[in-house]
Amino acid sequence: MLRFIAFRLALIPVVAFGVITILFVIFKSVPGDEATMVAGATATQAEIDQIRVQLGLDRPLLTQYVVHMGRLVTGDLGYSSTFRGNPLPHILDRVPATLALMAASILLTVLIGIPAGVAAAANQGRWPDFVISSVVIGLLAIPNFWLGMVLIAILSVELNWLPSFGATGPLSLIMPTIALAARLIALVARMTRGVVIEEMRKDYVRTARAKGLSANATLSRHVLRNALIPTVTVIGLQAGYLLGGSVVVERLFAWPGIGDLLLAGINVRDYTLVQGIAVLFVAGFLLINLIVEILYVFINPKMRYV
Amino acid sequence: MSELVLDAAPAQPRRARRNLFLILGVAVLGFLAAVATLGPLLTPYDPNEQDLLALLEGPSAAHWFGTDQVGRDILSRLIIGTRLTLLIAITSVAASGVLGIALGLVAGYFGGLVDRVATALIDLLLTIPSIVLAIAVVSVVGASATGLTVAITASFVPPLARLVRGRVLELREEDYVSAARTIGMSTSRLLLRHVLPNAVSVIIIELSLLAGQAVLVGSALGFLGLGVQPPDPEWGSMLGSSREFLEVAPHLAMAPGLAITVAVFGFNMLGDGLRDRFDPNLVL
Repeated sequence: MLRFIAFRLALIPVVAFGVITILFVIFKSVPGDEATMVAGATATQAEIDQIRVQLGLDRPLLTQYVVHMGRLVTGDLGYSSTFRGNPLPHILDRVPATLALMAASILLTVLIGIPAGVAAAANQGRWPDFVISSVVIGLLAIPNFWLGMVLIAILSVELNWLPSFGATGPLSLIMPTIALAARLIALVARMTRGVVIEEMRKDYVRTARAKGLSANATLSRHVLRNALIPTVTVIGLQAGYLLGGSVVVERLFAWPGIGDLLLAGINVRDYTLVQGIAVLFVAGFLLINLIVEILYVFINPKMRYV
Repeated sequence: MSELVLDAAPAQPRRARRNLFLILGVAVLGFLAAVATLGPLLTPYDPNEQDLLALLEGPSAAHWFGTDQVGRDILSRLIIGTRLTLLIAITSVAASGVLGIALGLVAGYFGGLVDRVATALIDLLLTIPSIVLAIAVVSVVGASATGLTVAITASFVPPLARLVRGRVLELREEDYVSAARTIGMSTSRLLLRHVLPNAVSVIIIELSLLAGQAVLVGSALGFLGLGVQPPDPEWGSMLGSSREFLEVAPHLAMAPGLAITVAVFGFNMLGDGLRDRFDPNLVL
């Protein structure tokens, strides 16, 4: 187990290396001169040339790439025009807000999505199933930013219950969390429903019922345990969605997380900042996948001997 | 919780459901396609005409969905926006379909080094959240309908290629494939005539679900100001510019959001309906 974790942890820098290379190529092909962008609109040609030399932009691309990679190892993301230097500490400042949003969303997903899926499966073909399945279909079609706007219009503007933007205490976390989690809740509920229905058709369920175990006990003690594995997979696979969705939701609610900073970077064409955040996203995604795989082992004893 | 159903489900509701999904999907998409085609014939006003005497008006007989911050008729803008939304979704899905199928076929069928390189690249791209990849691509290609299409395509190719590759790996072992190879059929003919047709149902289902995703990602980028630029009436960017008026004119955000939801719903229903019909093993 420890060896497995160590291997997967070691893989993160390898994948990150690949992703950084891809992003380096993408951002080097952005039209426009980098030195001119950093220097700003009022700079003279001499100033632009000086910045070009300072940032090493006059050197061949391959040299730039090697220097860039070498700096990254030491935690230096390069020159960000927003922060006039290495943006890493400023990016890390924003991490807790995004983590809080994602953690709250996953918690809400588990608390609502799994019970809803089980309830639908246990009442298959009857009205609770119909209601839950319809809500799922609806949630999968609503864009998260529009759901957020509807929430703001009702809960902030009309009822004045919740703050409509910013991070001003636990209350301000409610609406962004609902907006971000809605899609995941729907996916998890649908997955749980499907898996539970499939499991309930298996022989061990008939055996458990035949030996006199009640329907509820069969469900909670046997079916649910088996059904949880695919459900955890869905949450893990959707980690990328949570990260991506947080960009949009953070913008809508002016939530001071990484996604908000990413968009600020895009707006001022600060590609050092943008690249740094993208790499952080990828590392976060890989880390979440690792956690999911470790969770498997706890849920599924069959995996312990692999 | 009422009494549990622990027996196998009767087959009847499933058949009814898959028909319902397909009918809903086709009906919604047919309606949107009609609106997109007829476009300018249906609009009560010029979508870019400003009426400075009617700013931020709520729904009325003259303006069914109200007017925006410069007095443009929201209904007219929605109608013209339908064309943009469907065009972006269908173009990007078609393009990612072609690229994803080609990449998946080649990687899955040839295996070896080709497969390993392709798979490594696909896995790398899959670790970048699609909206982040799309943002990166938009900043290169530019914020426009074209940029949006390229960005969505770029983020859809990796998952599609992986799906096709997986299916081809299964099919490669089939007897009829080795039979065709034994009689000396050329590789390209073998791939296009025997392997691809057997993967096609999986691909079509995935493509229709991806079309729904394309509408979501496209409008999200529009909302962030990275998609179609004003004054072109794209639904996502209409929502984006209505954000600051949410306190005074919440109606501004209702119609475009509803339009996006309906379009995504249509594509999702089509995909789910097709999946129910062609992939009977799934309970979802």
